[in-house]
Amino acid sequence: MSARHHIIKAVADNKPAFVPLPDINLDQVTGYDDLAAQFATVVQSIGGQVVPVPGWEALKPLPQAERAAGKWVVNAVPELGATDQEVSSMDAVQLAGVDMAFVPGTLGVAENGAVWLYESQMINRLLPFICQQLVLVLERKALVATMHQALLQVDTAREGYGVFIAGPSKTADIEQSLVIGAHGPVGLTVYLIG
Amino acid sequence: MKVQDHASAAAAFIADEPRTDWHDETLWWVRQKRDKAAHGLPEWEQLRSWASQIKDHTLSHLDHYLEEFEKNALANGVQVHWAEDGAAHNRIIHNIIRNHSIQRIVKSKSMLTEECHFNEYIREQGVEVVDTDLGERIVQFRNEPPSHIVLPAIHLKKQDVSETFHEHLQTEKGNNDPQYLTAAARVHLRDKFVHSELAITGVNFAVAETGAVVVCTNEGNADMGTHSARVHIACMGFEKIIPKAEHLSVFLRLLARSATGQPITTYSSIFRKPRPGQEMHIVIVDNGRSRQLGRPDFRNSLKCIRCAACFNTCPVYRRSGGHSYHTAVAGPIGSILNPNLDMKANADLPFASTLCGSCSNVCPVKIDIHEQLWKWRQVLVKEGYVAPAKKLGLQGMAWLLAHPAVYRLAGKTGRWVMRRMPFLVNNRLNPWYKQREMPTPPAQSFRDWYLKNRKS
Ligand code: SF4
Repeated sequence: MSARHHIIKAVADNKPAFVPLPDINLDQVTGYDDLAAQFATVVQSIGGQVVPVPGWEALKPLPQAERAAGKWVVNAVPELGATDQEVSSMDAVQLAGVDMAFVPGTLGVAENGAVWLYESQMINRLLPFICQQLVLVLERKALVATMHQALLQVDTAREGYGVFIAGPSKTADIEQSLVIGAHGPVGLTVYLIG
Repeated sequence: MKVQDHASAAAAFIADEPRTDWHDETLWWVRQKRDKAAHGLPEWEQLRSWASQIKDHTLSHLDHYLEEFEKNALANGVQVHWAEDGAAHNRIIHNIIRNHSIQRIVKSKSMLTEECHFNEYIREQGVEVVDTDLGERIVQFRNEPPSHIVLPAIHLKKQDVSETFHEHLQTEKGNNDPQYLTAAARVHLRDKFVHSELAITGVNFAVAETGAVVVCTNEGNADMGTHSARVHIACMGFEKIIPKAEHLSVFLRLLARSATGQPITTYSSIFRKPRPGQEMHIVIVDNGRSRQLGRPDFRNSLKCIRCAACFNTCPVYRRSGGHSYHTAVAGPIGSILNPNLDMKANADLPFASTLCGSCSNVCPVKIDIHEQLWKWRQVLVKEGYVAPAKKLGLQGMAWLLAHPAVYRLAGKTGRWVMRRMPFLVNNRLNPWYKQREMPTPPAQSFRDWYLKNRKS
């Protein structure tokens, strides 16, 4: 008999009597009067920053301005101009030099500052992790209160990969001193549009 | 090497008093951050109930969910492997490495691989695997196991890390700045990531409905590794299953808040399919879990989401250090899981607790941890795995508790002795006195006081 068969049989033999799933009633869950304010406060507390902007226009010059300063900027936000599709086939050695990446988010979560990204929004799965500075762009109307609403709206089975990102990468593994910029981005900015 | 039991290893740990105090206070500080995060959510207790009920349900239907998970993972183009024990888990991974003739391997945090002693095994096969979680890299350089499941290097001071990095990464001697040391590790590990061919990760949750595995990190090391490498192997104990993606909300709300007081980890990554050209494997491990599932008194321990809140709150863990538990998963939950793996070798662990119940109070999935520790003690005594001295004490205690009149007399005598001749109790022959000041005993027992005051 295969290991698979053994394990599933042992589980079937040893499992307890059936217990039903609970009803998850979202009326019992926290809400926030001002989602954007809550979101901004939390993102700041976890080492990132939120910059409100009235519309897309204000953002359009940004990638170009950073490039002019000599940085390797990858744009993955169609509303900001041409996207850098060539990074889709690049490997980690090549991408290790990316200074800044502009990536669109699908939705933001007020309770914890997390932003959901689908694989298709990143051009390359590595991009949001390997860049030195990550810039996420999100519409204000795409904010939800908690993870409950977030996971009802996001379809995690739509694509091969997706991620909630909350703040820049960090570690406290040396004597519990918080250091921003462990392996991933050393900085995270979220532009909130509208 | 002879493994020391918890009491002797703990005695060695507390010999350095300032360090013990520091360890104690640091973990207590993490515990307080957890409290603040929990109190910030009015629905905290409701969330714990939901989490507990979802896990109860999942365990009661687990064979079905395992099959559903496998079916969906296969449909996603993932290769699924089943391992009955740690040795099988190690062999499966080694085979994948061999089949690809891969040299450069990175691993993000996985307590399961620690449980299976994977690092030792794979080293013996002549393969180098680089741990990429900063804390795990530090202890790997030092040839030590992690001492905590969330904070692997919590037993070390920054001077220790500085010395280790000076030796292995040529950092400046005596530079103890965490910022500087972390930056050095960043350079070192980014080099490992970008050249990695195979990445091993743990799994925090596995969603039956979608066949996806969810991995949570703060550093981004799981993602840096998996997205760089052409092969991804995710290893999971079978209890990581949850039924639906929407249930992730409950667990992701609880996990980081319970662990470190953060509202969520920086990255919560959902891996469903390999990227084009990549190969993805999932190894599903039993290693004693099905046996634990069959023990009605202990099956609840399989609900654990490895947040380590029970470690941080435990007065024994905080003052004895993770290594004194001589197992991959230390702390209160480890003391329930490990006797199932090896009753004889781990018979000391359920006794490494004051049974104060603080662990059960903070557990986000409501495991009755201290009650299970108490039950393990009885099982271990019955099965003959407890040293005669401790057993005598326990039997005496059980007999005393079963005979209330004698208990009252013994209590009276004890109080009398402690007040008049404390040196009889406060001496080296009484193991309970080690590193403790015995409190001044009250003149009256609670029962005497109650009887007297009830009348008035
Ligand atoms: S037993 Fe509970 S508190 Fe302890 S690590 Fe597991 S989930 Fe966390």
